[in-house]
Amino acid sequence: MLSEIVDIIVYLFLAIGVFFNLLAGVGLLRFPDVYTRLHAGTKCTTFGSIFLCGSVIILGLKMWYQGSTDGSVLAIHTAGALIAILITNPTGAHAIARAAHRSGVKPVRAVVDDLEGKPARKAARKKKEAKK
Amino acid sequence: MIEIESTYLIVLGALLLSIIMCMIRVVKGPTAPDRVVGLDTINTIVIVGMVVFGIATGSVIYIDVAIVYALLSYISTLFIAKYLEGGEF
Repeated sequence: MLSEIVDIIVYLFLAIGVFFNLLAGVGLLRFPDVYTRLHAGTKCTTFGSIFLCGSVIILGLKMWYQGSTDGSVLAIHTAGALIAILITNPTGAHAIARAAHRSGVKPVRAVVDDLEGKPARKAARKKKEAKK
Repeated sequence: MIEIESTYLIVLGALLLSIIMCMIRVVKGPTAPDRVVGLDTINTIVIVGMVVFGIATGSVIYIDVAIVYALLSYISTLFIAKYLEGGEF
């Protein structure tokens, strides 16, 4: 009984994870410019990864509960991979977005760019040094 | 009901489809940041694919490889972003 409920939860998590990972691919193809593509590609894969790794973790815990030591190793290492994804994915996306803006890519159909002419940190520092 | 390990292989096929869609964006992308976004997405999907493949074949070593791959791909993404920005290292 308990085993079947856990299996259903695992299948549900797998379905959600695959759905969002496929949405990431579709969004990457269909969106019009870099920033919206970044939005699709990063957020959808992070969310889908949480659910796919979550299903693996649940399955590992189930195997552990049934007495296999392989399951504990599986669950703990997958949790490590999940933490690595959760830390690195948004940071990398932020770096790409900043680089795209500074290399002069404009959002499509943009009228006003509020960050236009804002000095980068280095330019601000130079200005301060010139004042001294 | 099919075995849960073969379900993970089907999931792997769907992830492959997603990777192919990202690959089209990498080839087509009009600007350089577009291609970098595609590569970043491919990296994340490959990490999840390694985890899924690890549990499908029942060998934990693929998951360890996935952790290392995550950290290395993160560093490469940061490096490319810094290069696009044109800053000093």
